[in-house]
Amino acid sequence: MTFPLLDAHLIKKDFPIFDRVMRGGNQLVYLDSGATSQKPLTVLDAERQFYTQHNAAVHRGSYLLAEEANESYDNARQVVATFLGGKFEETIFTKSATEALNLLAYSFGNSPHGDRFFLQPGDRIVVSEMEHHANLIPWQQLAKRTGAELAWFPITSEGRLDQSEINTLINDRTKIVAITHQSNVLGTINPLSELIARTHEVGAVFVLDACQSVPHFDIDVKELDIDFLAFSGHKALGPTGIGVLWGREALLEIMEPFLVGGSMIETVTMTDSTWAPLPRRFEAGVPNMAQAVGLSAALKYLDAVGLERIHQHELELTRLALGFLSEIPGVSIVGPTDLLDRGGVVSFTIDGVHPHDVGQVLDQHGIAVRTGHHCAWPLMRKLGVVGTTRASFYLYNTPEDVESLVDGVKSVQSYFKV
Amino acid sequence: MELDSLYQEVILDHYKRPFHKGLSGTPTKQVHHVNPSCGDEITLNIELDGDLIRDVNWDGVGCSISQASVSIMSELLIGKSVDDAFKVVEEFTELMQSKGSILGNEEVLEDAVAFAGVSKFPARIKCALLGWMAFKDAASQGLSQQVKGEK
Repeated sequence: MTFPLLDAHLIKKDFPIFDRVMRGGNQLVYLDSGATSQKPLTVLDAERQFYTQHNAAVHRGSYLLAEEANESYDNARQVVATFLGGKFEETIFTKSATEALNLLAYSFGNSPHGDRFFLQPGDRIVVSEMEHHANLIPWQQLAKRTGAELAWFPITSEGRLDQSEINTLINDRTKIVAITHQSNVLGTINPLSELIARTHEVGAVFVLDACQSVPHFDIDVKELDIDFLAFSGHKALGPTGIGVLWGREALLEIMEPFLVGGSMIETVTMTDSTWAPLPRRFEAGVPNMAQAVGLSAALKYLDAVGLERIHQHELELTRLALGFLSEIPGVSIVGPTDLLDRGGVVSFTIDGVHPHDVGQVLDQHGIAVRTGHHCAWPLMRKLGVVGTTRASFYLYNTPEDVESLVDGVKSVQSYFKV
Repeated sequence: MELDSLYQEVILDHYKRPFHKGLSGTPTKQVHHVNPSCGDEITLNIELDGDLIRDVNWDGVGCSISQASVSIMSELLIGKSVDDAFKVVEEFTELMQSKGSILGNEEVLEDAVAFAGVSKFPARIKCALLGWMAFKDAASQGLSQQVKGEK
């Protein structure tokens, strides 16, 4: 069975990992793209080609390979910038989304008194209760270091962002608002326009954790009118070890560096240094060049398939999964049960079976899901669950994958006699 | 099937009807341990009388492996000396690290040999060990507390 939008069976052929045989002699049913995506051959080839043909340290040598490495790395950056709707200078490679968010938090924390990003007691940082640890802890710790206050949007019982107190939460003392675009646990896509408008109204900056959105649907940083965005390459068909921070040029220009050292300087004496122009100011050390090249190949792959098609395809899979799973007695969906403002993530619990045990039985059927607290411990506490089982979909998932999941869930119940 | 070597009947029984669950008594020491990778948590009480383990009780949330393991462990260690209990813990730890190469000494481990299959599933070893590590911590702290006369 295929959906008219996108032939996932055909797409699967581009991903060598689906040839593997899993436990129990089963084919791989990979439903954990929210944690990391699988990689198409084009991405692996791009990385390999960089290493076999162009490998040299960028920004240094004056030989042919170094020129080619520079060009490859610059091209990769331009691909990412275009993908996001931003500029070359605004696109910074990090090793991960986590590092990108830490870069921001530490840079703000390094700001001298009187600077736009300087934080002190009385100032406020606003997050939400559905943040991944990566977009919570950097801000939580920044608040601790500076004496600023951390406030957060609660979630509704349905698992949506409760924006009813937006004007109280984002107040005149608010300097930073950092919110996820799509919850990695619930699948909720947060409506951003009011949040961003209010953030700018009080003169604060808006940081978008786009780890679960950039790989799955169309995003344009200028249209969204956000100030910063972070995402990770490995969730978007790219290699591990590469993440991206996008920031508004005018803001990046006045930010303090985070990591300092080689590559990011303009001049150095024994007692002082000045910084390189954007984007290199924020890229100390020899960067992850091959991974940047791999990421650009990944984004080209996504572009060729089409983000809108991918999103619609994932929604179809989600619709199937929500429908089938909610019909099974003892299974509860955690998160919105309709498709409004929703991405391809379905979390659920099974009465009487711990998520870790659910995952184990599914594994026996070749089905890979995420189980546990999903790096969102505060959200789990709020939802009153110890953890969930999460299926997350991507462009290579088929309706048959959803059927396998549903059959798998039933076999979990029969195995544990619940 | 492969799964049955993991989920032995005795494990599922203890999971459904755990022993010594529910915090009670006047513990010599209480500890709280978590498994940060999966969020499992346990609070464990130990009541010592000198070197003798008078009681072990606990409460927690976790998967069948972690819950059954602490249940079986409590049953096994109550009434033993701390020294003897540590030997059992060591034996169990060795079994968990064996990658399925040993079956476990039933004379020492009794029902806990049921966890032999867990050692073939690397992601589950921490689950099985959670309660045992909590016990080891509580017993060590409890002992030194008694020595210092802080009880």
